[in-house]
Formats: sequence, C-alpha cells, structure tokens
Amino acid sequence: MNRFIGFIKKEFYHILRDRRSLFILFGMPIVQVMLFGFAITNEINNVDIAILDHSKDVNTKEIINKIATSKYFSIKGFIDHEDEIESTFKKGKIKAVLNFEKDFSKNLVTQKKATVQIVTDATDPNTANTISNYVGSILKNYQQELNQGLNLPYQIVPQTRMVFNPELKSVYMFVPGVMTIILMLVSAMMTSISITKEKELGTMEILLVSPLNPIQVIVGKVVPYILLSIINAAVIILLSIFVFKMPVQGSLFLLGAESTLFIVNALSLGILISTISSTQQTAMMISLMGLMLPVILLSGFIFPISSMPLPLQLISNIIPAKWFIMILKGIMLKGVGLAYVWKETLILIGMTIFFIVLSVKKYKIRLE
Amino acid sequence: MAKDNMIQVENLTKMFGDFTAVNNISFEVGKGEVFGFLGANGAGKTTAMKMLIGISKPTHGAATVAGYNVLTEAELVKRNIGYMSQRFSLYNDLTIKENIVFFGGIYGLSSKDIKEKSQTMINELGLHDMTNSLVGSLPLGWKQKVAFSVALLHNPKIVFLDEPTGGVDPITRRQFWEMIYREANRGVTIFVTTHYMDEAEYCDRVSIMVAGKIEALDTPKNLKSQFRVDSMNQVFLKLARNIE
Amino acid sequence: MLPIIFVLPLIQLIILSNAATFEVKNIKFAYVDNDNTSFSRGLVEKFEASSYFNVVSQFPSEKLASKAMLQGKVDVILEIPSYFEKQLLKNKKADLSVIINAIDGAAAGVENVYINQIVQQFNKKAQVELFLFNNLGNQPQDIETIPSFWYNETLNYKTFMVPGILVLLVTMITLFLSGMNIVREKEIGTLEQINVTPIKKHQFIIGKLFPFLVLGMVLLTVGLIISKLLFHIPIVGSLSLMYLYTIIYILVILGMGLFISNFTDTQQQAMFIAWFFMVIFILMSGLFTPIESMPQWAQLLTEFNPIKYFVQVMRMVMLKGAGLSDIYPQVIKTFVFAIAMNTLAVISYKKTS
Repeated sequence: MNRFIGFIKKEFYHILRDRRSLFILFGMPIVQVMLFGFAITNEINNVDIAILDHSKDVNTKEIINKIATSKYFSIKGFIDHEDEIESTFKKGKIKAVLNFEKDFSKNLVTQKKATVQIVTDATDPNTANTISNYVGSILKNYQQELNQGLNLPYQIVPQTRMVFNPELKSVYMFVPGVMTIILMLVSAMMTSISITKEKELGTMEILLVSPLNPIQVIVGKVVPYILLSIINAAVIILLSIFVFKMPVQGSLFLLGAESTLFIVNALSLGILISTISSTQQTAMMISLMGLMLPVILLSGFIFPISSMPLPLQLISNIIPAKWFIMILKGIMLKGVGLAYVWKETLILIGMTIFFIVLSVKKYKIRLE
Repeated sequence: MAKDNMIQVENLTKMFGDFTAVNNISFEVGKGEVFGFLGANGAGKTTAMKMLIGISKPTHGAATVAGYNVLTEAELVKRNIGYMSQRFSLYNDLTIKENIVFFGGIYGLSSKDIKEKSQTMINELGLHDMTNSLVGSLPLGWKQKVAFSVALLHNPKIVFLDEPTGGVDPITRRQFWEMIYREANRGVTIFVTTHYMDEAEYCDRVSIMVAGKIEALDTPKNLKSQFRVDSMNQVFLKLARNIE
Repeated sequence: MLPIIFVLPLIQLIILSNAATFEVKNIKFAYVDNDNTSFSRGLVEKFEASSYFNVVSQFPSEKLASKAMLQGKVDVILEIPSYFEKQLLKNKKADLSVIINAIDGAAAGVENVYINQIVQQFNKKAQVELFLFNNLGNQPQDIETIPSFWYNETLNYKTFMVPGILVLLVTMITLFLSGMNIVREKEIGTLEQINVTPIKKHQFIIGKLFPFLVLGMVLLTVGLIISKLLFHIPIVGSLSLMYLYTIIYILVILGMGLFISNFTDTQQQAMFIAWFFMVIFILMSGLFTPIESMPQWAQLLTEFNPIKYFVQVMRMVMLKGAGLSDIYPQVIKTFVFAIAMNTLAVISYKKTS
C-alpha cells in the first residue's frame, strides 16, 4: 500500500509541476461553458435580410415594419430587381430576401389573396428553414390582425406547455453536452498520454522491472486523474447552477455517482488507447481525432440522434457519451432518480468493464 | 552449475515471427563479476537483456537470475535486481530527492531506510546543494550517476546497465566506471551493455554478440591474444568481418 | 501513424457528415384521447399521417404519458380533453393540451410549429365542414408565402456540413501534427543535436513544416473527391481559388503550430494548448451554429478566428460559386494572419534556442 501511495504522489508531482497543462485542464471547462452559455446558440437572432418590394403600399410597409421590429431579423437593405438577389447572396452577409409581388394590397382586397416569396440562402439549410418558418408565422399573425373583425367560429386552440426548459434556453441543452465532452476528452486523453509518455521516455521499463505489478502501475497512474476530473465536473455543475441558473432537479449525490462512473469509463478507454499506441503522438491523435468529432456529433450533444440515418443511430449506441448525456439530462433537468436511468447506468458499467478487460488482455500481449 | 553463479543462461532464444533476434545463447556470470555484454546495434543485446530482467518472455530456453527462474519466478527476480536503461531512468520533472523517495518506495523500502540510504548516497556523490533541484536541470553525466545510485537503492544482487554511458563525456565516463568497480568490490554483480569498446577493457569478462549469437566470450586479455590484436576494438572489427 | 492521419479523418468525413443535421424528424409522439370520438380520432390520424411524427403509443392518462416522457420514450404529448367535440360545437371554441420536452429548445420550437400547422389544417377542414363561408364579403384575406431555397433546394444537410467538416479535418491534422512535431524533438532530446548541426534555422523550420502543407493539400484533395463522388456535393466555384486560399490558410495554421511548439516543453502541453484553441475556434466558427445569432461581443471575437474564414470561403466558393471579388475580405484577412503568425513564430523560435 505504501508503494502505491508513493506512486500516486509522484503522479501528482507530474501534474502539478506542468503549469501549462494544468491551466488548460481547468481553464477548458470554464471557457467552454461560458462560450456555450453566453455566445453560442442554435437559435436564430438578428439575421440580415433584404427586401424586394414591387408594391410599396400600406400592407407591405406594415409587414416590413413588423419584420424589422422582430428580434429574429434585421433589415439590411432594399433591392429593386430579382437579378440582384444572386449577387447579394454571394457576398454572404444577407441570408434571405422577401419578395412582395406587384399590387400586393390591391390583390389582397379584390382577390382576397396576395403572395410573398421568401428567398433564402439555403447553403445553411437549418437557418434557411427556420427563417422561412419565422417569416411565415409573422405573416400569419399579421393576417390574423387583418381578419380580426371577422370573428371566425370553431377555433381549436392548442395550449402548449414547454416542460423541463420553459424558456427554451439553449444553455440547458448544451451544459450536459459540454460536461460530457470535457470529461471524456480530458480523462481519456490525459491517461493515454501519461501512460505512453512513460513508454516513450523509457521510464515504463524501469517501472516494469520493479516489483510493482503492471496493474498497480496503471491504477496508480489513473487515480490522480479521477480526482482531477471530479473537480472539473464539480466546477461545470457549479457554473451552470450559479451563472446560468440551471436547475439540478434530481439528487446531487446520484449526479456525482454517475459522473464518477462516466469518468472511470473514460479513463479505462484512455488505458485501452495507451495499450495500442507506443508514442504520445499516436495516443493523442487517436484520442483527439478518434474521440472528439464522434463525441461531439454522435452523442446527441448538438444534433438530435433521432434525425440521423438508421445506421448512425445504431452506431451512436456504442458511444458512451450518448448514454451519459441522457443520464445528465434526466437527473439535472427532468429530476428523475435511478429508477429512470438504471438502463443507461448499466450500459455504462458494461462498457467500462469491457474496456478494462480488453486493456488487460492487450497489455499482457505487449509483455510476451 | 556452479553455486555462486548469479546469472545462468541456457539455450535462450527469442523469435519475433520468423526473425530470430536472439539465437540459442548460453553463458553464466559469477558473483561480483563485471560482465560486458557487447554487440553492434541490432545484434540482439537489448532483447537478451529484457528476457533476463523479466519484461520479455523467451521463446525457448531457460535462464536463472539471482537463483530464480525468469519464466516462473519473475517477481522474485525483480526484487533482487536493479536496472538502469540507456534512456533516462529518472523523472526529469521530479527533484533528486523525490526520485529517490519514489524509487525507494516502489521497491518497498521503509521511510527510515530511504532516509538513511539517500543520505549516504548524497554524501558519496557530493550532491548536498542539489537535492531539491529538478533532475531535468542536471547535466547528463550527473543524471546517469544519480540513476545508477538509485538503481542500487534496494541492495540488489545484480545490476543491469543498458548502455549507461551513452552521450556522456570521457571524464564522467571514467567516474562512472569507478562507481561500477566500487559496487563490484562490495559483491554486486554488474551486467553492462555498451558499444564503447574502450569500456570493454574495464570488464572482467566480455561476450560479443553478432546477429543474435554469442561469437566470443572470455576475458579481454584472452580475447586480444586469441585474435592477436592489441585492443578490444580490433577484436570486434575482426569478429564482425569474419562473420560477413 | 499514417492510417491515423489519413484514414481516420476520411472515415469521419464520410460518417459524420451524415450525422450533422439539425432537422427535426421522427418526433416521438404520444397522445391521450379523452374524447374518443370519430372527430378526435380524425385529429390523431392527421398526426399519424405526418412524416415528422412517429406515433409511439396511446396512453390512458396524462400521468402515464408524462412518465414515458421522463423515461425519454416520448418527445411530445397531445392530450385531447373529454367532450372535445361537444365543446367545439357548443362554445365555438375548444382547447387542446400539448406538452413538449423542451430540453433541446430549438427542436422544441420547431416541433411546436409542426404541431400548430397540423392542428390548423385540421381546424380549417373542420370549419369548412361545420360552417360554410357563403358570404363573399366575409371571406378572410389570405397572405400566401412561397418559400424558395436557393443553392440547396432540397435542404440537404450534407451540402452544408461536408465542406465544413472537411475544413475541420484539414485544420486539426495540420495543427496537431505541426504543433507536436518540434516539441517532440525537444522532449526526446534530438533538437539539441540538430541545433549543433550547421543547418540554418529557417531551413530547419521550412523543412519541418513543408511536409504538413503537402499533407494538408492531399487531405483537401481526397476530401473534395469524396464530397463529389460520394455525397454529390456540387462544386460550383473555381477549384484553383479554393486551393490557393487553402495554401494561405494552412500557412496560418502551421505558424500557429510552430508558435505553440516554441512555447511548450512537452508534447502534452503542445497538444493541450492546440486543443484548447481548436475547440474555441471550432465552436466560434459558424460551422455548427450561426454566427449571426451570437451577441455582438462574441461576433467581434470571431473576426480573429481563421477557421471561420476557411468555413465561409469553402461554402461560398464550393456551393455558391463565389469568385475572388466576393471572398476578397476573407483572403486579405487570412493573408494578414499568415504573415503575423509566422513572424511571431520565427521570432519566438530564435528566442528560445
């Protein structure tokens, strides 16, 4: 036991003496949570649009006014001809052009029907679609105002309740994702690097020649990172509670336990990576290139898994991050207990065991 | 088999796929002997050594180190040997003292032992002012001397040195060999690989490996007269030429 | 190492481009029908017919449906009250209750729009059946909107994501490798040996970094071929313009990598710092989320983000066929970055050795 404590002490010296890495290790989560909380949103706001108004009458003016005062759009120009749309889009600033037909008001009165074309730059299909929807609903509102006097009977009115996130804040969606990504990358990367570093510098041999057995060496290298990752997780949770007023509806204890489970899972993945790479460079490339994008894209962090093609939905099941994000959302936002997330928890435990067994097998082969 | 042989190797072979890195070598090393294990790069020295220290398994053959079988009693072997590798054996971002405490610790020394040992070591090496400086800031020669002392912390019966003086200046190399002799006189067996042929002259006996086989094994004096030359360097060149 | 540099990024390009979609579909829909008339069933059928919704199941009570939502089995619950049809006929107005899981706020907004559209259609049909508008003067005025999606009529996400992910992969590989390369020699000790050879510093630096420039260009080429052949992404603009810009861009990244290696002692540090900036740059690049929606101060910060310009240029040139005059500002800014980064890198290199 004494040997083991000495080993862990040494590992802490390594970590604490490397100020730059330490700074990144703790700075990263703070910067990311701040960015997602304050800067990044997948909603649209202040989108630049241009107007092509062939009528210039009362109704089009009122509509333009409504659009200008909405928080979604800011009108950044008026053009006179369809031909100008192309060059406007190519400059890249303006994302949509509203094209009012000729005699808009007149058509509205005489034919009870007038047309607006919403031309969007659909190189970004999401923004294009959202713009189209939002302009559409502004127009619907305007239309209702026009028809107010008519008092239509037989109205079905949906009363919508947005549960778990009534203000539709995107930070609620992002915090569990950021936490997952940081824990995954920091834990997996740190362990795989620190183990391969000893291999590359030759000190691993010295350790293996000593009476410490390989398991002790590995566990000793991992323990400090468990502690660091737990601190990271705590910082992220505290930030989201106190800076973003994000609730933790469920049990904090359960949240802590599940986070620790996920950290151990990521660390064991890191060990597995270190058993298959002999240099730090390889270990880093595998953990960064191999983990970063899949974890960002296939975990449901930013993009909804249910909208992906079926094969990818299946692949997403082997990404531990996906299950942890589900657990986090469950505990933090829905306030559920273990009764609701036991399945996800079991999957994470299973994956952890799998990584460890595989590493132990791989590790032995290296010593043959 | 002589009772006081510290290393006993019989028909040791290591194959990587079709490639035979170590081909059926046999030798023994006695107690307190300084045994030079020579060979060009890629001749199989390091592979052979790794089998002796228990981090690589032989394909065929047997070996005992300090009286223990390397195959079946690897853990006992590890307790009785010290090892210093051609690359840094110490952690650059730890101080000398922390390195001593760490390595003493993993060999299971009590903190009292570690204190006494490190005191003697610091006195012998004259390191008083430097115990709290990072190993990374020491000149290479000093690092190697400290590494050698650290490898001896737990009183091993045998010390394996893998090219310990690579890249070190001649004066420090001289001092390093003085340290080796001092330990050998205390009864510690020294197994050292090197490709500096002048260092081979300092050994009690040397073996020369070429392409996985031991092609010569005797005292430097006998080898020189056998090949009718006056330096180990010439012995080595002649041997390599003969094989080709 | 080679498979990691080449195969891993390209597999990612192929697989992940399919994953990156903000589309909201396959919405897990559940309903509670307390009315249970042919009228209420008609409304449910509308949802069943919609391609956006997957009707998961019917629940006997709202409580059970909410439980399913807690378990994550349901995204949206529609509850039709008892006497729904009667209410509508009697009071000329009836309420429906809709519960949406809003953890993903953006998706919840879209789901809400879809639900309202379906209910409105159903309502219109019901109005026509229940009440005929025969008085022409009373007919409501209708504003018709015709959406028209340019450059990507089918709103295909891959068209948008593939150029972006390609940018990401080229950047990541070149930054990480160049950032680690020189540090690696420092850490293992070979840099000392090189420093005593008569090789000039700039020769050494160029010799070190040039392979990564080539590597980046090869990656871009293979990536473009995959985009064209596998994803059928239109390449409207000029290829030579794209390559020219990419060379300037990679110079920025290599300068950054060199700068990082000068200020670090170990590969781990270099990697961490490269990773730190990489993540911030990616998130602030407009690759996944629109820059226009960010607050002013954040938009100002993105001005210093080279990845943003690369993403913009690739999308503009590849998809819209923008020419040099359209991307002039991006080219100039990137060029300035390239000079600034490399000057900094060379100066700091001299200082440290």
